[in-house]
Parts: sequence; C-alpha cells; structure tokens
Amino acid sequence: MTPGNTTMTRDTILKVEHLSMRFGGLMAINDLSLEAKRGEITALIGPNGAGKTTVFNCITGFYKPTMGMITLTQKDGDQFLLERLSDFEITKKAKVARTFQNIRLFSGLTVLENLLVAQHNKLMKASGYTIMGLLGLGSYKREADGAIELARQWLEKADLIDRADDPAGDLPYGAQRRLEIARAMCTGPELLCLDEPAAGLNPKESLALNTLLNSIRDETGTSILLIEHDMSVVMEISDHVVVLEYGQKISDGTPDHVKNDPKVIAAYLGVDDDELEEVMHEELDGGSH
Amino acid sequence: MEYFIQQLLNGLTLGSIYGLVAIGYTMVYGIIGMINFAHGDIFMLGGFAALIAFLVLTSFIAGVPVALALLIMMVVAMLVTSLWNWTIERVAYRPLRGSFRLAPLITAIGMSIVLSNFIQVTQGPRNKPIPPLINDVYHFGDVTVSLKQLVIVVVTAVLLTVFWYIVNKTPLGRAQRATEQDRKMAALLGVDVDRTISITFIMGAALAAVAGTMYLMYYGVASFADGFIPGVKAFTAAVLGGIGSLPGAVLGGLLIGLIESLWSAYFSIAYKDVATFAILAFVLIFKPTGILGRPEVEKV
Amino acid sequence: MPNTNSSANETAPGVMAQAVREGLFAGVLAFGMFLLYVGIETYQNIDNALVWRTRWGLLAIFVLVAAVGRFLIVGFVKPRLDRRKLSKAKAGIPEVSDDKGFFHKNFLKLSMLALVLYPPIVVSLYGVQGSLKFVDNFGIQILIYVMLAWGLNVVVGLAGLLDLGYVAFYAVGAYSYALLSDTFGLSFWLLLPLAGILAAFWGIILGFPVLRLRGDYLAIVTLAFGEIIRLVLMNWSDVTGGTAGISGIAKASIFGIWSFDVGADNNFAKVFGLPMSSAYYKIFLFYVILALCLITAYVTIKLRSMPIGRAWEALREDEIACRSLGIDTVKTKLTAFAIGAMFGGFAGSFFAARQGFVSPESFVFLESAVILAIVVLGGMGSLTGIAIAAVVMIGGTELLREMEFLKHVFGPDFTPELYRMLLFGLAMVAVMLFKPRGFVGSREPTAFLKERKAVSGSFTKEGHG
Ligand SMILES: Nc1ncnc2c1ncn2[C@@H]1O[C@H](COP(=O)(O)OP(=O)(O)OP(=O)(O)O)[C@@H](O)[C@H]1O
Ligand SMILES: [Mg+2]
Repeated sequence: MTPGNTTMTRDTILKVEHLSMRFGGLMAINDLSLEAKRGEITALIGPNGAGKTTVFNCITGFYKPTMGMITLTQKDGDQFLLERLSDFEITKKAKVARTFQNIRLFSGLTVLENLLVAQHNKLMKASGYTIMGLLGLGSYKREADGAIELARQWLEKADLIDRADDPAGDLPYGAQRRLEIARAMCTGPELLCLDEPAAGLNPKESLALNTLLNSIRDETGTSILLIEHDMSVVMEISDHVVVLEYGQKISDGTPDHVKNDPKVIAAYLGVDDDELEEVMHEELDGGSH
Repeated sequence: MEYFIQQLLNGLTLGSIYGLVAIGYTMVYGIIGMINFAHGDIFMLGGFAALIAFLVLTSFIAGVPVALALLIMMVVAMLVTSLWNWTIERVAYRPLRGSFRLAPLITAIGMSIVLSNFIQVTQGPRNKPIPPLINDVYHFGDVTVSLKQLVIVVVTAVLLTVFWYIVNKTPLGRAQRATEQDRKMAALLGVDVDRTISITFIMGAALAAVAGTMYLMYYGVASFADGFIPGVKAFTAAVLGGIGSLPGAVLGGLLIGLIESLWSAYFSIAYKDVATFAILAFVLIFKPTGILGRPEVEKV
Repeated sequence: MPNTNSSANETAPGVMAQAVREGLFAGVLAFGMFLLYVGIETYQNIDNALVWRTRWGLLAIFVLVAAVGRFLIVGFVKPRLDRRKLSKAKAGIPEVSDDKGFFHKNFLKLSMLALVLYPPIVVSLYGVQGSLKFVDNFGIQILIYVMLAWGLNVVVGLAGLLDLGYVAFYAVGAYSYALLSDTFGLSFWLLLPLAGILAAFWGIILGFPVLRLRGDYLAIVTLAFGEIIRLVLMNWSDVTGGTAGISGIAKASIFGIWSFDVGADNNFAKVFGLPMSSAYYKIFLFYVILALCLITAYVTIKLRSMPIGRAWEALREDEIACRSLGIDTVKTKLTAFAIGAMFGGFAGSFFAARQGFVSPESFVFLESAVILAIVVLGGMGSLTGIAIAAVVMIGGTELLREMEFLKHVFGPDFTPELYRMLLFGLAMVAVMLFKPRGFVGSREPTAFLKERKAVSGSFTKEGHG
C-alpha cells in the first residue's frame, strides 16, 4: 500500500523498526528492531513475559504499538505498513496469518468448517457478496468446491483427514494445534506467525508438528515467524533466531551464534555453554505453559 | 436558579431510589456475571410488601407514628424480598451457574414475568393507592423541600454507609470481593462461594426493598407493573456508572435521576425516558465500561 | 438449609428424614414468601379506600404444595433419578440414541404437509366461521412468532449477538406499512418488501455504533434502542397517532386481483358467491405468513452454508479468531443485524395488515423477551427447535384462552387468560432448568467430507455479543 523505505531488499519479508509497546507503566516492548527473511523460519525466543506474544499482537494488529514501524513486503514487491492496518486487514491484504498461544478454534464448527471459514474473503468475492450465490449465479459453486479441495489438502498435510467431520472442540490437544496452523494456512498467507505451536505437545505430536512445519516451508515457500520455548525445536528448524528479554532484543543471528552469545547465556541463568541447553529445557518446560 | 435547584433536589431523590436498586444489579453482575432481570420485580415486590404491611398495621393500630410505621414497612419488605430473592437464586439460578451463558438470562427474564404476573394475579391489576404518609414541606425561598425527599435521601445515605462498611470492612465483604475476582480461587481458599452468592442476593433484595418502600411513600401508589421501568432505569444506572462498581451504581443512579428530572423540567416530560436511554447509549458507545468501570482489556 | 448432595447410596430412612426436613423447610419458606401476597388480599372498597382481607385457605394450599412437593422430590423423585442415572452409566448406554424413526426422518415434509392442509381441515371440521379461531389464534399467531424467532435467530443463534430490542424492527415494519399505505395508498405487496428494507436500514443505523460493544453491553444498548423507538412511536402523535396508534389499515389483497374489503366489487366472497365472512381473509393470511416463514427458513438455511453464514457462526464461536482470519467482523455483524431486522420488518408489515391496527402497546419489551425466549428455548440456531418452541410456548398460552372448562372447576370468576403470562414465565424457567441448551441442542454442520454428523451442543459457544 504505502511504500516504505527503498533500501529494503526483496528478501526481507518483515521489517520491524523501533517498536515499543507500553501498557500503563509497563514497557512490554522497548525499541525493538528485527527482520525476517523470505522463505526462512525466524524464531523469537525469550523467557516468560519477555514480550514475545506482544510483538506478535503488534505485527498482526491486535495491539496498536505505542511507537515504531512494521513493514511487510510481499513477493511481488507490494509493501504494507502494518501498524496502520486493522487486524483483519493485515490478514486480508498484507497476507499475514497467525495462531494463538491459547488455541482459538471454532470449537462448535467441524474441522472442515474451520478451514472453510479461513477462506472467507475468497469465497465472499466468488459468491458476489452473497447475493449472486443466493441466486445460484456466477462461479460460486466452483469456488466452493475448490475451497473444500484446498481444505482437504491441508487436512491431509496436518494428518487430520479422518477427523474432518468432527467438531474441532473434540480433537486432542496436538491435533487442535495442527488444525489451527492448517486454518491459518488456508488464508493463503505469505507470512505465518506461530505462537508456541509445540507447547504442551507429547513427543509424537511434536513430530507431527515438525512434519507439518517443514512441509509448509518447503512446499509453499511461506515465511514463518515462530515463538517457541522448546529449544530443540528452535535449534533444529529455525534459520534465524532473535532473543528477547524484558522487551528488548539481546541477541540476533543464526542458531549457533545465539547459542554461544554470552548475553543469551546470562539471560538464561548465566551458566556455561554446554549446560545451557539442559538448563533451558528444565526452566522452560517447568514454566507455566 | 431556584427552579434549577428544585429540579436538582427532585432528581436527587429519584436518583437515590434508582441507586439503591442499581446496587443489586451491579453486585449480582459483579459476582456471577449475570443480568438479573428479575431484580426490578424484586423492587416491586418490596413495594407491595410495604404496602400490605402498612394496611395491616394501620388497621390494627390507628395512630401509629409515621416514623415507626415506615420502619416496620421497611423491615417487613426487606425480610420478605430477601426470602424471595434467596429462593429464586437457589431454585432458578444456581442450577444454571456455569452453564450456557444465555440460560440464566432467559431464566431471569422468565422469573421477571412470573413475579409481575404473580402479583397481578394475587393482588389484582389495578393501581393501589395509599394515603400520603408524610405531608410536611419546607420552603427555602422559592425552593420547596418536602420531608419525604429528605427522608429518602437520608435513608439512602445511611443505608449506603452501612452497606459500604459491610462490603469493605467485614469478612463477609472480603469473601464477596474475593468471589467476584476469582470464584475458583476463592473456593480453594475456603470461601463458601454458594453462601456468599446467596448473601449477595439477599443484600441486593434488601436494598431494593427499601427502594420499593421509598418509591411507594414518594408516589403513593403501587402497581404490579412497576418493576419494569424503574428496573430498567436502575440497570441503566448500573451500566452507566460502570457495571460491577458499587460507587458507580450509586453515581449512575443519581445521574439518571438528575437527567430525568432536568430533562422533564427543561425539555419535555414525554421524552424523558428517551433522554435516559439515549444518554445510556451514548455513554456506552464512547466509554463502553461506564464511568467508574474498570476497562476490560482482552488479552489475545 | 436444604442439602442437594443426597446420593442414591444413602439408606432409605436417611433419605426420608432428609425429605421430611426439607419439606418442612420448604413449607416454612413458602409461608414467609406467600403470607403477604397470597394470605392477604388488598382491594378498594366502595369509598375507593384500599382495604384488606385474609385468604388463609389459599395460603395453606400454597404452603402445603411447597412442603409436600419438596418432600416428594427429595424423598422419591431424586433417588429414583439418581438410581436411573447410575444404572445407565453402569450399562454404558449413551444418553442420546442415534436411530431415527420414519417420523423423525420425514419430519420436515410431514409438518409442511400438515401446515398446508391445516386450514381446509379446520374448515371442514368446524365450518367457515368456526375455523376463524383456529386459523387466526393458533395458526397465524404461532407462525408470526415462528417468523420473528427465526429472524432473531440469525442475530442471536447464528451470530451470537444478544439483541434485547428486536421488537423495534417489528415495530418499524408495522408502522412502515401502516403509514405508507395510509398516506400513499400503496398496496401490501409493494410495502411488504419495502418494510423489510426499511427495517434492515434501521438495523444498520442502530447496529453501526453499537456493534463494537461486547456481551451484555450490547444487550442493554439494544434494549435501550428498542425502548427509544417505542417511546418515540408513543409520543410523536402527529405522525404515529401516539398511544392511540393507527387504525383502519388497509387489508392485503390477493395480488390485487381479489380484495377482502367488504365494500369492494372484487371482494373475494362476492366473486365466488360465498357467504360473507372474515374467515377467508384469515385463511389467506395464514398462507401468506406460511410463505413468509418458508422464505425465512429457506434464506437462513441457504445463508448458513454460504461464506457469510459460516462467518456468523464463526463469530459466535470466537470473534478474535475470526479477525485473525481476515474477516471484517463489523461488516459481518452488521449483515446479521440487518438480515434479522429485515425478517422482523416483514413480520411487522404482515402484523399490521392482519390487525388493521397498530399501537405502541404491541411493541413492548416483553415481546422482545418472548421472541428471545423462543429462540433460546428452541435451541440456538436450530430452525426446527425454534418452531417447536414457538408452538409450545405461544400455542400453549393461546390454548389457555380456550380453557372454558376451567371456569367450571374454579368458578365463573376464573379468567384463565390472567394466568397466561404467569404460566409462560414459569415454563420459560422450567425449560431452561431442564434443558439449558433448548429443545434441540445440537448443530448441523454446513459442509462435510465423508458424512454429516450433528455437532453436540456441548461444543458450540453462545457468543460474547
Ligand atoms: N493487554 C495487556 N495489558 C497489560 N499488560 C500486558 C498485556 N499484554 C501483555 N502484557 C504484559 O506484557 C508483558 C509481556 O507479555 P507477553 O505475553 O508478550 O510475554 P511472552 O513473552 O509472550 O511470555 P510467555 O512466554 O509467558 O508467553 C507481560 O508482563 C504481560 O503481563
Ligand atoms: Mg506469550
């Protein structure tokens, strides 16, 4: 919509500059800048309350940032200043989709219906904003079948095809997580923001999740911004890691770089390198999530 | 100017009554998050209890002092409505606690219909007039203050003080506030949640009964249909002040009373209720949590 | 205090003792509650002074019923229910059985058939004049509420927006027809859609500022708007006729071909050489409202399986998730509000044509409450459930009007009509207590891959707005 600065390269999908978010007396985010590259998985990590979810809420328009600029560049070069768009426009126009830390499914709708709701805007247009569809005119029928087909594909990728006609609220926890991701993907996003997708999953479910995430990155080219507590997931699948503490960025780089950054080590209890990963596991798994 | 002060006084009187009823709405909403639609009818029941008590009392003892008569009416009304509200909560609301959100609302609307029609059936549909209890008026220049108005304002003030004390300084009040904040946690910490909720209903009913008695004394008539409009206005007051907030309920009540009397005085009596509702709509649209309500931020 | 934790394992004497205790308690409580209102009757004597007399007998009955009733419930009904639940749980029988009988499967077709045949059957049974009561009081009256409730269902049942002022749109429809047909002499068939559009327009105007509000705030503002519209109708006498309302509203005609005006040349009865009767008009109106109901149902069903309808239901389930999927929730809510209002407007203009008279009396809050009650009692979102609720609640109270034989039981002064709303209220409470999710608690999915399975009510949400 509005062109941001021209220095941004085509490979940067998201650029956050000097972002601040204040809640009353609390600076939840303080002058944060970060970048996410197209086609990569960028992880956002940090201790509880560091402000990770708040960053997501600012990017996806659920909170209006106190200060800062968030620029999203699409594949074809269109740029959007996200802090100026409202939440639904960010998904609709800028093509950013997200999931929530506390799963938010339409629990009384079936799994399939959840995925159809996600294709709302496309189907609305096809149904001539309901009027043509009501009269049985236009291409609505075809588009509706296409929507079901797309949903079926994602259900297969998320290993949910057998539960397609069950209410979403009836699924086990891990399946609900995957459904939420599949639902976000059905909006056709260029950037997918995942808020702790692996939290509370058992090892088998974690594996299924990794498969899903890999297929998203490899098959659709969607860039992913990931908040994660499970370090093994972060280190294994992310290309780039940003570490937050008290709303400020303390480290930024490849997983290896971050792992060895003394500031990060200090933030996570200030212990030796080799012990770090172990301790982090304990710390974070014991956390409230 | 005198005219204005006069209207201010009238508004204050009316507002006191609304405020007393509004507290019942706001307390119940605060503690179980439910619009107790039947509360206006509890107010009406209170008025009727006072009326019947008055009739019985005066037919047995001829020259009973007015102050005593009022006191007895008030106490009787408080007792009877407390019984009713306790029973209603126990029978109709408690089984639905924690179920489907609309179920208690519908039950409460049903209960409101039941109560007003119950009085219509048992006491007849006609307005019930009583002779004026207090006639004295005082003149200050052009401003006329009637003793009834003073009584209403004083009784309200006294009651509110007592009530404030209970809510803020007693273990009961603490239990109430704890239950309001987090029912599960309160239960875990040993607060008897059921009992606390019951007492909340009883307290709301008692205040509404006093309001009903005052309303009867002020206007001199009772009718089975008197629950709805004052009830809606009191609820409006509670929302205006910020639902869940006790000072808000009183403030809202006074504001509604003032708006009503000033609007009637300077614009048109016919549209006084329109003004009340319109102001409610405006306040909610621009400040959805009311004047003193805590803003609710939805964490995403 | 009564104790509800009686378990089935308790020994019988223990249960009995408890039943006696609770029965006594209920009796004492009832005595306290009813002493003033039932035990004492206030009335005005010849001098217009308020006096009182006692009704101890009636009070005794109330107290006895409460005491014995509680005793029986605690002593007999509860233990039995507990036992049954226990044995069911042991046997592992699911609470709801899935097999559907012929009646169940063809419910829709059968009820359609019954409705279409209803007027001829009634006419053949009771004669033309005798059918009036059945067609009008039962048929039309119930169908109006079915239509209103189906209209409100879009707002409350599907989109999950709590609207306590729905009757306002009913009023807009009714007054639009009354005023426009009065002033411009336009016909019913032209004004019917116009009234719907006007109501939808009002729905958007009122909805726009308030739909940002959530939950109970929305409820109270819609209630306020409903009252404002009623009060304006009541006080704007120059236009609306004030409390007296508007009378002599033109009747609907059969598409302008035959008229139901007594004086007209093309009067239906005259043309066909039938004896004059208002019953023909009512029978005609019955089919009109039936058609309107069917249109409402058709549109609702169709919309539910379209993106907009799915978005409504998604909105009811989780508004934030909706926004995260790029759905403009304000627009979505507005369409729900407008479409609900439109159906209300249709029903309103029909009402005006049927009554020939409108006044603010017909559009009080109680009407909104009744319509909302029907939606919730029926089971939010379920057209069948709502229709059943309308038949039970409206039909039931209408039936009470007809209970002449009660006069023989309770004496000639007994007016069953007085008890209509009392019983209506009690029924509302009772249904909610026994079936908090209404008659039909489950939801039909709008799309499926392999098989259509109803979604149990325990998963569906009721919305925040
Ligand atoms: N709506 C809000 N109002 C007030 N404070 C908020 C709000 N949202 C977040 N906060 C505060 O901002 C800080 C950062 O919260 P945030 O949820 O972003 O942390 P997080 O990094 O996601 O933590 P976690 O790992 O626990 O999810 C916390 O102190 C939180 O209490
Ligand atoms: Mg978080």
